Amino acid sequence: MAEEGQQHPIKIYLWIWLLLFVVSFFSYMVDYLQFQGALRWTLILVFMFVKAGFIVAIFMHMQWERLALKLAILGPPVAILVLIWLMSYEGFYIEDSRVEYYGESTMEPQTPAHH
Amino acid sequence: MSEAVLSSGAAVEAPGTKGVMDDFSRDKQVFGMPWGKAMMWIFLLSDTFIFSCFLVSYMMVRISTTDPWPIPSEVFALSFGGDPIPLILIAIMTFILITSSGTMAMAVNMGYRKDRSKTFWLMLATAVLGASFVGMQAFEWTKLIMEGVRPWGNPFGAAQFGSSFFMITGFHGMHVSAGVIYLLVVAFRVKNGFYEKRGGNYEIVEIAGLYWHFVDLVWVFIFAFFYLW
Repeated sequence: MAEEGQQHPIKIYLWIWLLLFVVSFFSYMVDYLQFQGALRWTLILVFMFVKAGFIVAIFMHMQWERLALKLAILGPPVAILVLIWLMSYEGFYIEDSRVEYYGESTMEPQTPAHH
Repeated sequence: MSEAVLSSGAAVEAPGTKGVMDDFSRDKQVFGMPWGKAMMWIFLLSDTFIFSCFLVSYMMVRISTTDPWPIPSEVFALSFGGDPIPLILIAIMTFILITSSGTMAMAVNMGYRKDRSKTFWLMLATAVLGASFVGMQAFEWTKLIMEGVRPWGNPFGAAQFGSSFFMITGFHGMHVSAGVIYLLVVAFRVKNGFYEKRGGNYEIVEIAGLYWHFVDLVWVFIFAFFYLW
């Protein structure tokens, strides 16, 4: 299909467009309804990946491209997971050091910001 | 060895990893697409790493700070006369960007149908939506700067909030602005028949579209990690 110049029925674009609206609305609702903790983070990530998947697969036509391109473009970003892991590990270490040496605590309840 | 060849000149893809091996060992065009499109994909891959670095550094400063992180829901709330609605401007910006992604996808489709008029108007609509997104971002920056948010501190909490905010949204806004200019150039060239003189190839619309969808894609991640988290 890719070789035909990515010609696809308009219907599929309209459907994905609609779905993106619906999922975006849901992700806004996560904040509006003030979900907290693990539920909030899970929902944020799920909606984020659904939206990203639709955009890349359909709007950017990745679904119809050759496997060689899919691997070349979608493969390398997996390395970012390693960076995320390393930096979160380091981040928690720095925070612990700050608490230990500067005596600051993060255990206090968050004071709401007023402006 | 004679391979079956498609009208575009690219070889027919063998199924599975055989096709990948064939593509990479062909000694010429690897991805079976115009070079401009392959280069755009590779540029977008490098851009992915740049944005990832920003988001990962944001994650790290947010983890390592001992001050409470400002609550985005409240910082970005906006009041239309009544009670402040949490995050409303960001939600509107998100919907505007998705709408523009939709019009862009339609423009690419119309481009391949060689419907120049519709392609032009859809691309123009995309550019206008993109420009309004940048306008809202300028408004948001102004509002936060007036409230005293600076790259080195802010009245709401952890000092790192400001630097992360200006760096991430600024870099994204710069991409949107560049995209608007890019779209306008291509749109007017479609309109005045520039590509007709070059064999009527509207692959260029898809390449511009890839860039635009990527900008929307990055916003999906910024929205999730910076504004919602």
